[in-house]
Amino acid sequence: MKTHTITFRLNGETCTLDVEANELLLDVLRDKVGVKSPKAGCERGDCGSCTILLEGKSVRSCLILAVEVDEQEITTVEGLSRDGLSPLQQAFLNHSSFQCGFCAPGMVLSVTELLGKNPHPAKEEIQEAIAGNLCRCTGYQPIIDAVLELTKK
Amino acid sequence: MTIAHRFDYERPDSLSGVVSALARYGGKARVLAGGTDLIGWVREDVLAPEALIDLKALDELNMLHCADGVLQIGALVTFNQLLESDAVRRDFPLVFEMAGRVASNGVRNRATMAGNICSAVPCNDSGPVLLVYEATLQIAGPNGTRDLSALEWFLGPRKTALQSDEVLTGITLKKPAGRHGGCWLKLGRYKGEDLAQASTAILMLENGETRIAFGSVAPVPLRAPAMEALLKGRTADAALIAQAQSMLPELIAPITDVRASREYRLHMVGVMLERGLPAAAERLNGNGPDYGTTLI
Repeated sequence: MKTHTITFRLNGETCTLDVEANELLLDVLRDKVGVKSPKAGCERGDCGSCTILLEGKSVRSCLILAVEVDEQEITTVEGLSRDGLSPLQQAFLNHSSFQCGFCAPGMVLSVTELLGKNPHPAKEEIQEAIAGNLCRCTGYQPIIDAVLELTKK
Repeated sequence: MTIAHRFDYERPDSLSGVVSALARYGGKARVLAGGTDLIGWVREDVLAPEALIDLKALDELNMLHCADGVLQIGALVTFNQLLESDAVRRDFPLVFEMAGRVASNGVRNRATMAGNICSAVPCNDSGPVLLVYEATLQIAGPNGTRDLSALEWFLGPRKTALQSDEVLTGITLKKPAGRHGGCWLKLGRYKGEDLAQASTAILMLENGETRIAFGSVAPVPLRAPAMEALLKGRTADAALIAQAQSMLPELIAPITDVRASREYRLHMVGVMLERGLPAAAERLNGNGPDYGTTLI
């Protein structure tokens, strides 16, 4: 089995490293690159805690091989908040939207993707966007409230 | 945790490169598109391929194209691409309804329709819809390319007519002649992401034909020709729907598992007919609930 050298953009910076085919993107981001916001939850695509933006789209980094992202662009929460909290993150903070915080990076990225396409989503559209991001603390209401208040016309 | 199983990874830049890689591994390689099923299965030791052959360098397979009523869906086209396509929404509304109910947004950004039918789990969502549109599948292999009807694709749970040295390259759907209306009903445990406990696709055509397919209630997605013959050219009133429902125990074979009991699935497919047949008839006539409205 051979080693693959991959180069990708991570939060605006170029990253080059050697990976083997069986290394998952989630593990490489966390353990080799040191980006800790994507979390290992269910590790089978159901819970959304490992969400990253790949070429601007929210995807499950637990179901992607690191070798697949050669020459692609990845954004994590660390990239969104390089110059301070984004308005969305600030809205979540204002509403105490999270307790343990495990789902928070995935929620932030899923809603960031939604707002890029739809700056004024209806409640149902927010619910649909985060249907694949499980929160076990707050019951979703403070999360949805924060997005609604941020995006109201 | 890194996947315990070790395998090779190749990303050929031509279809012939994919076919020759599959040949080189003698049927022990798997084709990788979105990976939302495949990576999980390799990780969980359901599959132990010697190599994964990634299609994602083949731009021509990322094509979603509609012309003259023919929709071409390349093997790399994701459910979200289908969901966002005006042509799909206009001419193939069941594909639109189905795509919007597959898993969650983050999975739909990656998961492909071609991959969905290659995985061929009994609860796959694409199968019943492709059966009622009578889609054609394009397959490439060592002896060139071949077309296969979707009606001949599913052979059993996770078993398809695709040979281990072949690759599914695309799916073609023809818009039905004349007016058409239908619906896709998917029962899950809650309204967020879930696998189907049972599903039903209904397509009614202007010529009086009604096509029906079921998912998650048999080893493979299946059409229901006997029920279609009963419904042909007739208005689905309460008496006819009851007659159709009474055929279900003969036509489908649901099992009890962690997601639902056999009895519940059987009952709920009956409810799907009760709600779906009138909705399909209304949509055929240009009214009825908007496509995308949840009917169950």
